[in-house]
Amino acid sequence: MAAAGEATRDRIGIAILALGGQGGGVLADWIQEVARHHGWLAQGTSVPGVAQRTGSTVYYVELARAGDRLPILAQMPTPGDVDIVVASELMETGRAMLRNFSTADRTTLIGSTHRIYAIAEKSGMGDSRGSGERIVEAAARRAKRFIGFDMEAATDRSGSVISAVMFGALGGSGALPFPREAFEQAIRDSGIAVASNLRGFDEGFRAAQAPVAMPDAIDHAVPQPTTDAGRALHGRILGELPAPAHEAALHGVQRLMDYQDAGYAALYLDRLRAVAGLDAAPWEATAELARHLALWMSYEDTIRVADLKSRATRFERVRDEVKAGEGQIVGITEFMHPRLREVCETLPAGIGRFILESPRLSSWLDRFFREGRHVETTSLRWFLMLRLLAALRPLRRRSLRYAEEQERIEHWLGDIRTSIAQDPALALGLVRSQRLIKGYGDTFDRGLRNFQAIRAALFARPPAERRAQWLDDACAQALADDSGRALEDMLAAA
Amino acid sequence: MAERSFAAEVELLKLGEGETFTGEGILAVTKALLQSGVAYVGGYQGSPISHLMDVFADANDLLASLGVHFEASASEATAAAMLAASVNYPLRGAVAWKSVVGTNVASDALSNVASGGVTGGALVIVGEDYGEGSSIMQERTHAFAMKSQMWLIDPRPNLPSIVDAVEQGFRLSEASNTPVMLELRVRSCHMTGSFVAKDNLRPAMTVDEAAAAPVRDTSRIVLPPANFLHEVEKVEKRWPAGIAFVRENRLNEWFGPDEGEVGLIVQGGLFNSLNRAMELLGLSDAFGAARLPVYCLNVTYPLIPDEVAAFCRGKRAVLVLEEGQPEFIEHELNTLVRRADLQTRIVGKEVLPRAGDYTAHVMAQGLRTFLAEWQPALDLPDLSIAPLPAPVAAQIPQRPAGFCTGCPERPVFTSMKLLERELGPTHVSADIGCHLFSILPPFNIGNTTMGYGLGTAGASAFKPKDKRAIAVMGDGGFWHNGLTSGIGNAVFNKDDTVTVIVDNGYSAATGGQDILSSRADNRARTTRHPIERAVRGIGAGWVRTVDRTYDLKRMMAALREAMTSPERGPKIVVAQSECMLNRQRREKPRVRKAMSEGKRVVRERFGVDPDTCTGDHSCIRLSGCPSLSIKPNPDPLRRDPVAHVDNSCVGCGLCGEVSHAAVLCPSFYRASIVANPGRWEGRWKALRSRLIGALQKRDARLRAARAF
Repeated sequence: MAAAGEATRDRIGIAILALGGQGGGVLADWIQEVARHHGWLAQGTSVPGVAQRTGSTVYYVELARAGDRLPILAQMPTPGDVDIVVASELMETGRAMLRNFSTADRTTLIGSTHRIYAIAEKSGMGDSRGSGERIVEAAARRAKRFIGFDMEAATDRSGSVISAVMFGALGGSGALPFPREAFEQAIRDSGIAVASNLRGFDEGFRAAQAPVAMPDAIDHAVPQPTTDAGRALHGRILGELPAPAHEAALHGVQRLMDYQDAGYAALYLDRLRAVAGLDAAPWEATAELARHLALWMSYEDTIRVADLKSRATRFERVRDEVKAGEGQIVGITEFMHPRLREVCETLPAGIGRFILESPRLSSWLDRFFREGRHVETTSLRWFLMLRLLAALRPLRRRSLRYAEEQERIEHWLGDIRTSIAQDPALALGLVRSQRLIKGYGDTFDRGLRNFQAIRAALFARPPAERRAQWLDDACAQALADDSGRALEDMLAAA
Repeated sequence: MAERSFAAEVELLKLGEGETFTGEGILAVTKALLQSGVAYVGGYQGSPISHLMDVFADANDLLASLGVHFEASASEATAAAMLAASVNYPLRGAVAWKSVVGTNVASDALSNVASGGVTGGALVIVGEDYGEGSSIMQERTHAFAMKSQMWLIDPRPNLPSIVDAVEQGFRLSEASNTPVMLELRVRSCHMTGSFVAKDNLRPAMTVDEAAAAPVRDTSRIVLPPANFLHEVEKVEKRWPAGIAFVRENRLNEWFGPDEGEVGLIVQGGLFNSLNRAMELLGLSDAFGAARLPVYCLNVTYPLIPDEVAAFCRGKRAVLVLEEGQPEFIEHELNTLVRRADLQTRIVGKEVLPRAGDYTAHVMAQGLRTFLAEWQPALDLPDLSIAPLPAPVAAQIPQRPAGFCTGCPERPVFTSMKLLERELGPTHVSADIGCHLFSILPPFNIGNTTMGYGLGTAGASAFKPKDKRAIAVMGDGGFWHNGLTSGIGNAVFNKDDTVTVIVDNGYSAATGGQDILSSRADNRARTTRHPIERAVRGIGAGWVRTVDRTYDLKRMMAALREAMTSPERGPKIVVAQSECMLNRQRREKPRVRKAMSEGKRVVRERFGVDPDTCTGDHSCIRLSGCPSLSIKPNPDPLRRDPVAHVDNSCVGCGLCGEVSHAAVLCPSFYRASIVANPGRWEGRWKALRSRLIGALQKRDARLRAARAF
């Protein structure tokens, strides 16, 4: 009896899932244009409303072959009844499956594999991203055919808009019974940005013939030594550290030589070896420590920030990122907010401490450091200033911040060394808890405060109750909200 | 100026007899009004009927040539009151708004016009914002039609039916002296399709002609004893006339076989979805050749007792497919079959959900349950689909609406969030408008919202001694009613609340229509009436205008002062910056033109240095800008994603202000990109960059020497 429906069903249902502002409406219009031009009936509808402002939007188009009688067309996609889904982003591809618009027996699913992160994913204090791989795996199973590629990259390459790329992919999928020229004619007829939209269409059309492709991932080449000092440290890493830690240690040494000098990198390896000596296979704690110790030892101070901001490679990166054309002049202005504390931390330890510990002096000086500064790095004056600051690098070892950080690092390493033999999992947790310490100003203060509060609470527990799980939970709570309430509640309960 | 230009749509309104109109549902209604000889149109913008208002606003010349008066009303109450023109004169008039909220606002005038009745056809077009994507409370306009006795048309969702409903609606209104509501669901408003047009008709009488020859009839005015007579007239005269018209003109429709053991009664607006459900179950085909009798109610109020009785007679059970609750139609059908002494069982909400959209999928399931009991011999296919496995589903994030890129309202809430750190949490009474997105992540600001323009009124019960409540109001809501219901009330009652009026120059949430305080010039209306002058005129003493919301320091200072000032009485902060969406729409083509002409153009945008960003994302929690996102960390040692500004950035500057005000991080930079620099500028900057480049090269050499 189901066949009664199928027999008279001479139509194509197309659902478009896009975010407000991506041109889903334009795409729906183009599709209808093509169909009407070929004598088909076309109906499109949508639910814009507030979703228009950056939320998820569904557009639905039904095409039917024109005949004597007018068919009754639906106003929204019905699960199991959708022939084509076009989604402008990976999680919207996922949403099409979540809503059962895409089904294995019927649907050509055309989805981008790039991500536009939702606010909950963006605003997490660590990494709150959803897993795209799982969506892609499911798409292969829950569609008759899955066409997936990075539509954003295709949009960039063609200098076009994503709706044109989606339109191209739809044309290239062959799921609609219209020739390529018909699609291109619809773009021409609209009369808006014809040349670039045709380029975007072409990108999409070709990508639809290719296998499913995820966006290009960043490839981190393993650092190769280029200097004598580098080769010596390279030899130490291979000789003194277990293999699982090699890659991170190589990155670490490279980072710290850039950050300070070979001596500082050697200190890093000494510290690492001391822990490795107590660790055992599979060397998880050592491998993770290679990463976290390098990060902590290359803490971001004024000298480091000035150095990174004034490099030629950085100037080029900015030009690239803002898509500055040939002959265009790019000026870069930084938003710096050096507080008295950061300035004192850069000074030799004795002087810095003296100022900070003298309430009258520091409150008098503080007035000069309350305002944020607009630092125009591309101006001669500010460039030279930053370069001067960066040149303080050799004096870093005498700075207050250096003394403070090394003390904290030693403390942390001590904790790791004490626990590693009895409880490798706890040691690993301690290593990883370093991720709480990051950022600048208030963010840094908050992270450090949480780190220290968790450490204190951990060691306040009887030795038998110092568990890795508890530590992981505490770190998760510290990253759950930036008011610190979640962690406070947990620590209060403990 | 509205969000988009409707010049092309205005052309559609000019189509003549026999030409094919292809376009959106709400535009088809607009055309149908002109074909019906409407004399005046009013309304208040809002999804999903904004386009009707916008097209009419752009169609001044056409309307003038036809002698049709159009007005963008100050509120739905204003629009409804306009229908007074049809009370004494044979003027056809139509007003439009978003329902159910607009109907709430209009209800005083609606009750009055429904009581006295009309001479000319009066049509109320309601965009029913119910179901998926809706931004308002889920209620039914049906209740209003019933309580005030206005007929409710809910046509089948295809353009010819909708256009026909407009024309028949006027005739029904005139035949029964009753205002008629035409209900269009969101999807029908935005649905494209075609119909064969007719010539536009000049109104038989224009509003000018009516005003020139005034008619006075006290029996039409709601005051004793006329109001009691109206009630009797409604029941004895207008009701039967309405029923007779609907029946004689066969406004309702029948599908499928004449006879059957069971039947279906459906609201016209749901018909297409029902047919799809039946088709998937093998009970109909693509053309509506149903295998069960279907009675389609294009008029959902009143029901036609004879038609209902005839349909139900001989059937064991009838399923009524009625969206929303309470189930008024189901109740009425039960009464009607009882009165007709039929034994037909009326089945409705017992097999269908009490709440939510009646999608084809939902109706198919209800239908299966119904038929399993009442016609078990039918063998129906199973339409269920295995859900996406939970571990995959859990990866898909919610995507709540948010402020647009560069939105000037965002810094207002950033300021409030930062101020909260100083002064502690405050009760915030939110309003309707884009600014209501403040209640969503990342701001999470706002405790209640009570209706358009009612932000300040919503805070009026709070009279704490030391902690003031904050009310938010948009400029749209302010002119809609907030000036009196909020500010006037606060002045009169000596409220001590703080009101932030978001003055972005447009009624931005509904599509960027001009309002009294718009700064743009408008050919047809007057603008540039400052909000500050209005609130001072009504007696507010403490008023501060911040004319650049992006300036966090000033924004915060104004709010801080408002929260802590010893002065009593309402404190009003007018937060001004132009809606970025509208601004970009205007600026972008201008800049593109200047660029192509070789003129000097400066473009600004923001960026984040990935090597100094540590991935805490405080900046995102304080901004939420769509262009401020995250990307995988390019650092081989770090794992957390870094903040990243994409190319949609419009350079509003909030990122930088936030990192200053909240002492965040030195990773943000502002890039100013100068295209077509002047000759001297080009030379000087080239020299400068050569100098800097030489120093950088030297530094890089030294760095390489001590590198790994």
